[in-house]
Parts: sequence; C-alpha cells; structure tokens
Amino acid sequence: MAYSDKVIDHYTNPRNVGTLDKSSTKVGTGLVGAPECGDVMRLQIEVNEENVITDAKFKTFGCGSAIASSSLATEWLKGKTIDEAMSIDNMDIVEELALPPVKIHCSVLAEDAIKAAINDYRTKNGLEPIESEKSHH
Amino acid sequence: MNLPIYLDNNATTPMDPRVLEAMIPYFTQKFGNSASRNHAFGWAAEEAIDYGREQVAKLIGANEKEIIFTSGATEADNLAIKGVFEMYKDKGNHIITCVTEHKAVLDTCKHLEKQGASITYLPVKEDGLIDLEELEKAFTDKTILVTIMYGNNEIGVIQPIKEISAITHKHGALFFTDATQACGKIPVDVNADGIDLLAFSAHKMYGPKGVGALYVRRKNPRVKVTAQMDGGGHERGMRSGTLNVPGIVGFGKACELARLEMADEAVRLSALRDKLESSLKTLEESYVNGNVENRLPHVANISFKYVEGEGLMMAMKDMAVSSGSACTSASLEPSYVLKALGLSDDLAHSSIRFGLGRFTTEEEVDFAIEQTKKAVNHLRDLSPLWEMFKEGIDLSKVEWVEH
Ligand SMILES: Cc1ncc(COP(=O)(O)O)c(C=O)c1O
Ligand code: FES
Repeated sequence: MAYSDKVIDHYTNPRNVGTLDKSSTKVGTGLVGAPECGDVMRLQIEVNEENVITDAKFKTFGCGSAIASSSLATEWLKGKTIDEAMSIDNMDIVEELALPPVKIHCSVLAEDAIKAAINDYRTKNGLEPIESEKSHH
Repeated sequence: MNLPIYLDNNATTPMDPRVLEAMIPYFTQKFGNSASRNHAFGWAAEEAIDYGREQVAKLIGANEKEIIFTSGATEADNLAIKGVFEMYKDKGNHIITCVTEHKAVLDTCKHLEKQGASITYLPVKEDGLIDLEELEKAFTDKTILVTIMYGNNEIGVIQPIKEISAITHKHGALFFTDATQACGKIPVDVNADGIDLLAFSAHKMYGPKGVGALYVRRKNPRVKVTAQMDGGGHERGMRSGTLNVPGIVGFGKACELARLEMADEAVRLSALRDKLESSLKTLEESYVNGNVENRLPHVANISFKYVEGEGLMMAMKDMAVSSGSACTSASLEPSYVLKALGLSDDLAHSSIRFGLGRFTTEEEVDFAIEQTKKAVNHLRDLSPLWEMFKEGIDLSKVEWVEH
C-alpha cells in the first residue's frame, strides 16, 4: 500500500530526532514496545516550571508509520502543557497522517509513549502517575 | 539505469521480451483450442502445446508425457499433495514436510489434516537445511509422501534433494518437491535427483504469470494423482480445463531460454550477489541468513540489526526488495521461515531479501549497495535500539513494555 504524503514527509525529514538527558528531573522518558514486536519507541519531553513542554525528542525502531507517528507527536508536544499533552489521542495521529487500519497500532504506540513520558516525569517529581482510562488491548 | 530498480525476482520476474514475442501470435491469430481436433485452428494450438510441453519437460530432464499444465505452482502443489493423498489412501495417510515450505504446501497439508491426514512438519537447522536423521526418524509404515522444496523462496537455501529422495524411496514413499525457485536457476533433473513429482511456475523464470506445471513420474514407479479439477478430461484426466495456449507457449520458451543460458547466468548472478553481500556485510551488525554454500545464485537475505525492515525499505525507495518484517505482512507476524532458523524475532524483523535476476546489471547492484548502506545508517540514527547497543546496554535485559 502506498504511504500518504504526510507519512513520507515525516519519515524523510523526521522532526526532533535525538536524546534528552534522562537523568534530569525536568525530563520525562517513555520507552514503549519491544524489539520482538518489531517496534520500539522512545519519546522524551522536557518540562518547565509552568508545566509546559519546552522540548521533545524521539527515536523509533519500527515501520515508516511508526516513525512518522512519533515525529508528529514530538511536533505536537512542544508548547503544550502536560494536561493538554495527556489528551492527545492516537486517532488524532491516524487522521493527520491518514494511516490505514493496519497501521493504527503504530499510532497507539505513539500515544502510549507520550503517556509513558509524562508519567515518568510525574513520578520523578513526586507526583502520582496518571492512569489511562483507555485500553487498547 | 531506470529507477526504481527491481530486486525482488523471487516474488516474480519480468517477462523476457523473447518470451513475449513467442506468445503474441497465440492471442489473435493462432487462438484455437488445442482440444479442437477437427480444424486447423485446433491443430496449430495443439502443435504449439506439444512444443511447449517438450521444452518444459527438457528443462527438468523429464518426458513430455509426464508434464501436466496448471495455473501455476500453487495449483501444482495442491494437485500433487491432495492428489497423492487421495490416490494412495489405502497405503497410508502420513505425509512428511518441513516448516519452511511455501504456504501453498503448508496450507494444503493443514487442509488434509482436517481430512484425516497425519502430517510431520520437520524443523530445519540454523542454516535452513533439514536434518536427514530427523527425516529418517519421521517415517512410519503409513508414510506415503515426502514433500520438501528444492530451493527456498526467502533465503534461497537448496535442500539435499538427492539424499532426501533416496531416504524416501528406501521407505517406499513418493517424493514431491516444490522446485518453483530452483527451476531455471540451477540444474534440476528428475531422474538424477530421484524426484517423483515436481511443481514449478513460469513467472519465476521470465515467463508469464498464471501458468505452471506438475511433473508426474510415469516409470519407476508409475505415479498417479487424483484430479482436483473435474471436467473435460484434459491433461490425461489429471487437470481439466482448456489449456492456456499462449501461456504454455511462453512457459515453453522461458524453459528453453533458461536451459540454454542458465549455466552462464548463474555464474554472472552469483558474482553480483556476492558483491552485494560482501559490501553490505561491512555494515556493523549485519547478518546473512541461511546456508551460504548450498544456495540459489541470485538470492541474499540479510538482517540489519536494530533497524526494522519495513522502515528500512521505505528509505530504499528507489529499489524494490522484500522483508521478513511483521510490519510488511497482514498478519503482523515476522517471517515464519526466518523464525524457523532460530532467528530471534528482532532479527527477523530486520531482514531484507535481495533477489537478483536476468536483467539486473552491475550498475544496479552498485546503486543498491550505496542506497542500502545509506538507508541503514539513516534508520540507525533514528533507532533507540542502536543507541542503546552503542551505549553497551544488553537489550535482552531491558524490561520491555509490550503493547
Ligand atoms: C516456493 C514457491 N512455491 C509456490 C509458489 C506459488 O507459485 P504461483 O505464483 O505460480 O502459484 C511460489 C511463489 O510465490 C514459491 O516461491
Ligand atoms: S511498527 Fe510495525 S506496523 Fe508500524
């Protein structure tokens, strides 16, 4: 199946590839997926005192749609507050990238990575992790 | 050089223009039905079929009376296995096959299991070859058929066919081989190899799609299969249906060309393949899958660790290859062939199959090497696993959050 232009764009020019210092208390890291499943996503956010995400970085092992989903996620995360970031839904990613049904799980992975990064940040800063009310399994 | 370049010749091959040329008259001028016995149109078609049958038979050292034309290898696989199972059911119900067979064989076996067949699926060793001792042990007094492919479509390994057929015959069973990937690429001889039934297909050897053949031995022993398609009794009753005259003409031509050119072509292709493979192996953490001594000359299957196959193929956008990655399959399961070699799932996900062919040039191979290297490096820059590997983290000790 052919990829959408947006997937190709994010894939060829991925935004915000890289690594933030995971030991910093301002940084939250989400590492989701497993090599055996063919997809691993690492998403990191840096958060300031106002709870605003000032930077986001990713690295992804996975298909083109997974790479594009995480690239898009980092774009969306920057400038958002933690609460706003928490409400990013995988279906928003599906819609934006025009992902076909077989690639929906790649967007789920991106949503999981966002939530994991936020919770990592929260626990590091003495806050309770937020339980996701949504279940994909 | 035209882009994209085609390096997926195990999936299908382009038709050789000489094949097309041979076929063309049989669409509009010599369009007759080869079963029309009473007029010139029928005779012209019959003559063409006879010539085609002779060429097809010659490629595998068979007699033309032993060739049954089908719609391809899938149908030939079905006819061989189901046909033998039904024909010889008084002798037994046990069939031996192997886990790395094509789905056309495996799913046919699964189908027969529901009808009372007992099937042994032999494992393969790390190099993709079956263990002859395991084969020896698998026979029972009910074994009627052994079905092991000649050359594997994903990794190209060539099974020890002569040894397998000898063991099979010692136990009084028949030997069928799916030689779809081997025929026309390496010498295949049904007598020297001890083959009782053999399936192959035109579109894997520069012929048209939709035509193939089943070889059924007529002497020592005389083998019979129960027809799976009933009708006008074509192909000595074993496969009814008006013959695909242009297709068979093309198949015949493709076999003729392969027989005449195969020896030189194999030398050329293995040199190109070896160049591709040795250049790509200079990339860190790249692994060749399957036995490299007993292998078809045109296939290289390589895993580039820490990058995922589909993502990688997307970066190799000017070339057509295939991958064992789950992300490329509808089932989201990585290649069962690579897993059968004992490859960990992540290496199976990271594999790329390069299939060279008659029209592959050295310039294209050089291009493929450069583009693949670039793609692997690009994807590794994006890969969290590569970063962790470089930091010396043992990935098997990480607690992954599977989703
Ligand atoms: C080993 C093997 N067997 C069978 C087939 C099916 O052949 P066909 O497309 O002619 O049905 C293929 C090709 O996909 C193959 O590689
Ligand atoms: S990561 Fe496997 S399909 Fe997207």
